[in-house]
Amino acid sequence: MSGAETRWQGVNLAVACLALDPGAMGGMWIRARVGPVRDQLEDGLKTAFQGLKLRRIAPSMPDDALFGGIDLASTLDTGVLTKTAGILTQADVLLLPMAERVEPGLAGRLANALDRQRNLALIAFDEGSEPGEHAPDALTDRLAIHVDLSDHPFSDAPELAIDLEALNKARAVLPTIQISESVIAELAEVAARLGIRSLRAPLQALAVARASAALSGADEVEEADLLTAIELVLAPRATQMPDAQENKDDDTPPPPEDVPDDAQDSDPEEQLDLPPIEILLEAARAMLPPDLLARLTAGKAQRSASAAGSGAKKAGNRRGRPLPPRAGRMGGHARVDLVATLRTAAPWQTIRRNTTGIHDRVHVRMSDIRLRRFQETSDRAIIFVVDASGSAAMARLAEAKGAVELLLSEAYARRDHVALVAFRGDGSDVLLPPTRSLVQTKRRLASLPGGGGTPLASGLKAAMELAALARSKGMTPSVALLTDGRANVDLTGTANRAQAGEDATSMARIIRANGLPGLVIDTGMRPTRGLDALARDMGVPYLPLPRADSRSLSRAVDAALTP
Amino acid sequence: MKDMSIAGPFPFSAIVGQDEMKRAMILTAVDSGIGGVLVFGDRGTGKSTAVRGLAALLPPIEAIAGCPVNSEHITDVPDWVVLADDANVQKPTPVIDLPLGATEDRVVGALDIEKALTKGEKAFEPGLLARANRGYLYIDEVNLLEDHLVDLLLDVAQSGQNVVEREGLSIRHAARFVLVGSGNPEEGELRPQLLDRFGLSVEVESPRDIDVRIDVIRRRDAYDRDPAAFCAEWRGADADLRAKIVTARARLDEVEADDSALRDCAELCLALGSDGLRGELTLLRAARALAAFEDDTSVTRDHLRLVAPTALRHRLRRDPLDEAGSTTRVTRVVEEVLG
Repeated sequence: MSGAETRWQGVNLAVACLALDPGAMGGMWIRARVGPVRDQLEDGLKTAFQGLKLRRIAPSMPDDALFGGIDLASTLDTGVLTKTAGILTQADVLLLPMAERVEPGLAGRLANALDRQRNLALIAFDEGSEPGEHAPDALTDRLAIHVDLSDHPFSDAPELAIDLEALNKARAVLPTIQISESVIAELAEVAARLGIRSLRAPLQALAVARASAALSGADEVEEADLLTAIELVLAPRATQMPDAQENKDDDTPPPPEDVPDDAQDSDPEEQLDLPPIEILLEAARAMLPPDLLARLTAGKAQRSASAAGSGAKKAGNRRGRPLPPRAGRMGGHARVDLVATLRTAAPWQTIRRNTTGIHDRVHVRMSDIRLRRFQETSDRAIIFVVDASGSAAMARLAEAKGAVELLLSEAYARRDHVALVAFRGDGSDVLLPPTRSLVQTKRRLASLPGGGGTPLASGLKAAMELAALARSKGMTPSVALLTDGRANVDLTGTANRAQAGEDATSMARIIRANGLPGLVIDTGMRPTRGLDALARDMGVPYLPLPRADSRSLSRAVDAALTP
Repeated sequence: MKDMSIAGPFPFSAIVGQDEMKRAMILTAVDSGIGGVLVFGDRGTGKSTAVRGLAALLPPIEAIAGCPVNSEHITDVPDWVVLADDANVQKPTPVIDLPLGATEDRVVGALDIEKALTKGEKAFEPGLLARANRGYLYIDEVNLLEDHLVDLLLDVAQSGQNVVEREGLSIRHAARFVLVGSGNPEEGELRPQLLDRFGLSVEVESPRDIDVRIDVIRRRDAYDRDPAAFCAEWRGADADLRAKIVTARARLDEVEADDSALRDCAELCLALGSDGLRGELTLLRAARALAAFEDDTSVTRDHLRLVAPTALRHRLRRDPLDEAGSTTRVTRVVEEVLG
């Protein structure tokens, strides 16, 4: 049997398990693009969930539709308050396509609903194509079964085999399934060894194991059920390979001569003595996605990027550049565009007057309502970190200063803020906090001191603090480092080349962990050793630019930082 | 939903481990003036469970039946309220959820759309802040809350009053509540200004000990399978805890804090370099509440030692190179100062 077929059978089993007790499992997270495979899966789900109320929701649905609210249209029409019941209160199972588009707010509310309505389940179809693009963690954490079909080879998958009769039979015996104490302990341990921190996962695995036992007709959870639970719930959530430390122990082998004897003696024993947990872990290891390690590093990087805070809102209906109004419903966040609404309503007036017989007022219907929309781009804040140490300091500072002024002269159109940090001697100074004022900049940069050691780490630290400040004000900061030297003063201000290098590297890594974009410009005559490594640590491009003048500098910065 | 309301949420005393979080929540129940709890940590560690369990645990409050802001006496009822029922009743301590997407109108209250549309009347519809008065306001994923709402909450939490001025409405009412926020730091930090307003802060992580984890799962599974029976089993423990909180509330004023305790507080805050006097005050109040809860007559160094990390860890200046985190720094300083 091919791997794909095995996997498809796993999906089949997952659907059957979920259908037994959707409430306890919270639901299913399916990573798959739209296509025949997903259609088959959806059809299978619909068959399996017969008798339950399935409702389709969309990430763009307004809250009153999902959670209930006032029905403005019929209230206005009838003059009697009419409330709509939200979809969530009427459904047992929600189907959510485009789950990757769910905003954190909606995810929070859906998660809350899943927590409170114990019979509610959610099936999230996640069409995210990039590794970082997926449904919010708050939601996926609550969905027991994770299925990744994004690289499923079948262009046309076979139909899912759903045996409704068997399902009904299993559902009847589900409450009587026995769980031995050791099962709970084993699931908890496997989860812990796979590096799953959330305690929801082992609980969900327990529910799946129970369902799987009911399906197989057993009256107790057995090993095969545990394996199913691990495959469907625990393995996809793994954040580490199990037993990194025990593998290491194995790596130091006993003297090779003794191996044959030992192996013969101990092999059968080991088979018997092997604690069940090891068997399970062994199985779990085989189920782990092959690209786990690569995915983990990507996951970490992308997490730091998403932690950017609330500053970088792109679209809204409060401020920013106006976009054309569009039809919508009143309420919530929306602001009505009165003129556009009246304009839409205007042609209808005669007709509406005639049909209603009311002639003394303007007839506005719900369908006329137009909402305001704005597009807002967050401002850039470019933080220059300039090496003011050593002999070339004066020239470099002058160039940086020139670049700052050049960028600022276009700042108004480009919405740039510029800041300048200089480091020299035993520390760093913020010469210019993020600003758009050319006048202020010229005044503050009139005289710049230079000379001394290279406290690179201190400069980067100051830049990072500035970046955090800029971020909290809703700007998108980036860091441009100009230097030609190696760090030789550490964070405490002591001249210690080794410690200074370490400090600089760790600051660079912190900058990367904070998801700050930027670039490192080497202003030395020849490429300076170690600077490209520093740039790699910061996760930014490295640019040798000997004898940079202000104009080429500002052009390079602009080019590197414009997305 | 139905079976939840009959059986009640997961019992507070059945929560395994997470002692610091439970202690912090109990302290705010003893002295609501401590000023809120911030719970930051991993997903699935029982943050929401604890808040909902606490709600069921707390003793009921006396309030006017028809009053939307849960006023205790008839004289406290705001003048804009048309009382339908002025009987004195017992209400459960309100624990109000503030959903992430809530609009400002929903939080502070706004024009009553129902009355405006159907009768053309200008009436005020109280918001979540009104309902949370004398109780708890719970914000899950507080770090994702929109900035303007955060500012507004800070303002109200500070003044204890909610003022609404808009659309020709001018309304004010009492809004004294304990703010409980929870969140996952991986999804974004909280602004330092907001951090500081929370009295206590707790960092939870999922238990590392496998036996504890097994215990958590076992209890949760038992609850999920038969909520009513599980709650009945723990009713006694919850009742004991409730009685202890009620006694501690009554004894709170009798607990003494002598000069040496005050000096300890000041020295701790000084050594940690926490800005402002809020740290000292909260530390003292929390220690006093703990002393009352533990049936002691005066604040001792043991109390301070226990509550210091909770009361101070979020007030430190952030140091990006210190990977140990603020908890370690507080513990270190507590050891240095208190010996």
